[in-house]
Amino acid sequence: MNNFSYTQAGSAKEATGIRKDKPQAAYIAGGTTLLDLMKANLEEHPLLVDINMLPFKGLEQTKDGLRIGALERMSDVGENALVKQQFPAISESLLLAASPQLRNMASIGGNILQRTRCGYFRDAAFPCNKRVPGSGCPAQQGDNHNLAILGVSEACIATSYPGDLSVALAAFDAVLTLENAKGKQRRVPITEFYLLPGKTPHIETVLEPGELIVSILVPAGAYTQRSTYLKVRERSSYAYALTSAAVGLDVQGGSIRSARVALGGVGAQPWRSREAEQILTGAPATEATFRAAAVAALRGAQPREHNRFKVELAQNTLVQALQKVAG
Amino acid sequence: MDTEPAFFETNPKAGSVGQPLDRVDGRAKVTGQARYSAEFNSLPGLVHAVLKTSEVAKGRIQSIDTSAALKEPGVVAILTHQNLPQLAKTPNSPEGKKAIGAPMGFLPLTTDQVHYAGQPVAIVLANTLERAQHAAALVRVNIAAEKPLASYADPRAELFDPQKVQDGKTEGHTVRGNPKAAFAAAPVQLTHTYEHAINHHNPMEPGSTTAHWEAPDRVTVYESTQGVTRTQKALSAMLGLPTEQVRVVTKYLGGGFGCKGSTWPHTVLTVQAAKAVGRPVKLALTRPQMFTSMGHREDQTQTLKVGATKDGKLLALIHEKTSTTSPWDNYAEPNSRIINLLYNCPAFESTYQLARADVMTSTFMRAPGEAPGSFAIECSMDDLAYQLGIDPLEIRLRNYAEKDPSNGKPWSSKSLKQCYARGAELFGWRKRNPQAGATRDGRLLVGWGMATASYPVHNNQGTARVRLYADGHAVVQTGATDLGTGTYTVMTQVAADALWLTPDKIRFELGDTKLPTAPNSGGSVAAGTVSSSIYMAAQDVWQKLIKLATQDKKSPLYRAKAADVVVENGRMVLKANKAKGEDFATLMKRNETTDIEGTGNGKYGAGYESGLAAGPADSGHQDDMAGHSMHSFGVHFCEVKVDPDLGTVRVSRWVSVHAAGRILNAKTARSQIIGGSIFGIGNALMEGTFRDPNFSRYTNSNLADYHVPVCADIPDMTVEFIEEHDPYINAMGVKGIGEISMVGVSAAVANAVFHATGKRIRSLPITPDKVLETKKVQA
Repeated sequence: MNNFSYTQAGSAKEATGIRKDKPQAAYIAGGTTLLDLMKANLEEHPLLVDINMLPFKGLEQTKDGLRIGALERMSDVGENALVKQQFPAISESLLLAASPQLRNMASIGGNILQRTRCGYFRDAAFPCNKRVPGSGCPAQQGDNHNLAILGVSEACIATSYPGDLSVALAAFDAVLTLENAKGKQRRVPITEFYLLPGKTPHIETVLEPGELIVSILVPAGAYTQRSTYLKVRERSSYAYALTSAAVGLDVQGGSIRSARVALGGVGAQPWRSREAEQILTGAPATEATFRAAAVAALRGAQPREHNRFKVELAQNTLVQALQKVAG
Repeated sequence: MDTEPAFFETNPKAGSVGQPLDRVDGRAKVTGQARYSAEFNSLPGLVHAVLKTSEVAKGRIQSIDTSAALKEPGVVAILTHQNLPQLAKTPNSPEGKKAIGAPMGFLPLTTDQVHYAGQPVAIVLANTLERAQHAAALVRVNIAAEKPLASYADPRAELFDPQKVQDGKTEGHTVRGNPKAAFAAAPVQLTHTYEHAINHHNPMEPGSTTAHWEAPDRVTVYESTQGVTRTQKALSAMLGLPTEQVRVVTKYLGGGFGCKGSTWPHTVLTVQAAKAVGRPVKLALTRPQMFTSMGHREDQTQTLKVGATKDGKLLALIHEKTSTTSPWDNYAEPNSRIINLLYNCPAFESTYQLARADVMTSTFMRAPGEAPGSFAIECSMDDLAYQLGIDPLEIRLRNYAEKDPSNGKPWSSKSLKQCYARGAELFGWRKRNPQAGATRDGRLLVGWGMATASYPVHNNQGTARVRLYADGHAVVQTGATDLGTGTYTVMTQVAADALWLTPDKIRFELGDTKLPTAPNSGGSVAAGTVSSSIYMAAQDVWQKLIKLATQDKKSPLYRAKAADVVVENGRMVLKANKAKGEDFATLMKRNETTDIEGTGNGKYGAGYESGLAAGPADSGHQDDMAGHSMHSFGVHFCEVKVDPDLGTVRVSRWVSVHAAGRILNAKTARSQIIGGSIFGIGNALMEGTFRDPNFSRYTNSNLADYHVPVCADIPDMTVEFIEEHDPYINAMGVKGIGEISMVGVSAAVANAVFHATGKRIRSLPITPDKVLETKKVQA
């Protein structure tokens, strides 16, 4: 870890102003992902700007849905009664993630910006196109057991976002509010926030230098209340997803009126599957429908030697999640 | 600097051996008073060391640029192979290695050679840990890298027969009877191959060393080791110092599991660094460094051929193992040992093949050999049972070995049948559905499995000293180590009973080479050897007291023959007239004797029946020195629930019943079996370190990505012991339970997975991908 300075920002304007002057500085909220990266010398920042004083807090029901301040803690949002009742997939995605200690520290904004667990990215001794553009991707021929099979490229097969929350947010068309140094806010749907690796896996999101995540708006729909997040992992707690599925259904009289599907653990980004939704919408809520949706969701998967199982596993995960909410 | 713990708080309960006494060191640990090896922070001028390690697995160091790092504030020195003080002896030759007793035949920073990823190439010393870490990041190491070899599985690997494994300790090739012919003629034949991922010990406390040269030729080393004496021996040989001028102290250990059983390079380098800078130096390995600094359980494949009659009786067992070793050592854990003796079988053969790869040397890890060996034999026994339509427990009883098949000797004791019976009763085994894949709990498949466990009582000896004071207190000392499993507690109990005192009157000290020599706490020897040493030392005290009494005119025992005097309830009395006698305090006070000291030598094979007639103990592994084969036995029963679509396996019920001689403390023993079973469940279901085949470097060397079980993976566990009196093993009749607790665990889990799904998975760990894959292959 390098030596660094630390300062607190009292306002968004102050925070973005500091970053403008010192582009190598980083914001710190919970620090649960940033400090890991710095300790492993994967990121070096001469200055950390503490943004915990910023007013990006609060969790409330708006006329459109749910508004979550970016500085809310994972545990608080996950355990919130409104979230549990109206957006169970979001609550579950938070409470199935990490450990209680981490959830108590980690902010929602930081969670959205967590970086891949790919072992080649996490160890500076390896080449990695995401870390050092052009250095190569040993994961293609190496340990790809827990890496992505959808949206991958020759340059990178990482599950760039390894977490859970953004999978649920992607399913529900959540919209991020971002603020830049000029104090200007813009709104970006989470499905457009993450970028596929292509030839530039080191560019992971559309976030501009210095830009802050202010809040997340999750539109409510009939499917948000009837939703779930199913996570498959190699141990019962404190493990990243091999595969996961965030689904929401609006079922009326045995027929699916609308559906939301996103997959985790398989995509280079949180993987919204409109293909699956298309098959589900208007179809009877039966296992055959779910199975067809699952096949559609994984169409075009590009598995490697050690992650072939993810095609079937992701399909089964999705079917099981859909069965659960269909009742 | 050395702080002895205060008198431990104990329950003043007489007759305490076997009782579930609370840990005497529990309060010291939970209040932070217990001091571990990296916590001697107030040594004058202490500096912090950080290892700079090689990124590549093979190559030669071209240059090391320390200029930027040396300019950083607080940096004291940077040591490399170019400026580290020379050692008197290195393990880099086979003779040197043997003399030192080093675990690996290569010491980093002695040459420019890089043999494995993570090999230390420099030691950075600074006045704070953070400054040392930062400076280490600034050291630029230029290595001319070569393409490494990562494992025996690489087509370029050259396999060879090592003749002996475990670094020469165990015969590699064993033949009994005519196994090939017996197998060929067997009416039932099974041939199956088992694969094992690399496992790492990962104790909570990382390897850590604090070295303090108190004089130019005298050093004290606070070390996280399972054996202070072995470390002392290794360090004194390498440093060229008389043994007594190297003091090694380990007051508390945060787990070891075998990785702290040897003296690894980082310890030597820390001691050298302290010498070089003339100040105390502290080093604690980082978690990633723990994956490349203290060995691991090697990646391996084993093939077991089983020949049997149609009613399930074994005729032949042929075992072959292939595994990876380092460029310099012939280490392979001896899987065949347990296969040779677990069941009655007239013909047996084992062979080993090794391939050298550019990796750190592997080492013993909890139940080395027995853990993977039991996976092969116990899965194969299960196969045989299903193939022949015999209950898995019944087939084991049909092959029950009434004497040790590997050497024909009688068992010193064996209560396996009682373990089977009690375990089956606790688990409800007779309600088992004989059909695999036929029991469901909703959408989950339910399976039951069982497996036998066994572990040898290894040849060992140790010494202890007991000093009894006239005021009714005693100090008991031996240089043993408490791995965190309860040695402090159980030895307090043993001493209390032997001296007829309550445990609160005993102060037990361990973990220091200044104390009488004790064996390494490894191979499950500590409980038996140390308790026997203390018991013998207490007897020595009593004999001295009896002598004093019989020579004291004022004693009721004056002129009695020592042989006619016995000790009862803390009183020395005449055998023939127990009213006649006196207690030790009265005797000692009258004689103005403040204290009496006794010493004892606890020996393997010197049980209460065999007296002290057993031959001299040495470091060998032969377990038949006293005319008996000495082993503990047990059984694990397991229920799993498998999600057939998601491939997840969860253990939902667990029963372990063991017979391991005298159990010294019901609570710590139960905890030990629970811990070992969880260790085994980790091995069975989730633990595996991935070594990149092209870089020969691990990709998951941290505890987020190397999975060990969490509480949610483990059900409430039922553990019982069968009371066993073994008169041959040692004076206390204690066999030890550190390792047997995990033997057979992975097989019990795999057998339960088979019963649940009808799919046999022979590759550990049994992760969801394998459950799904097997389903496809067999569908």
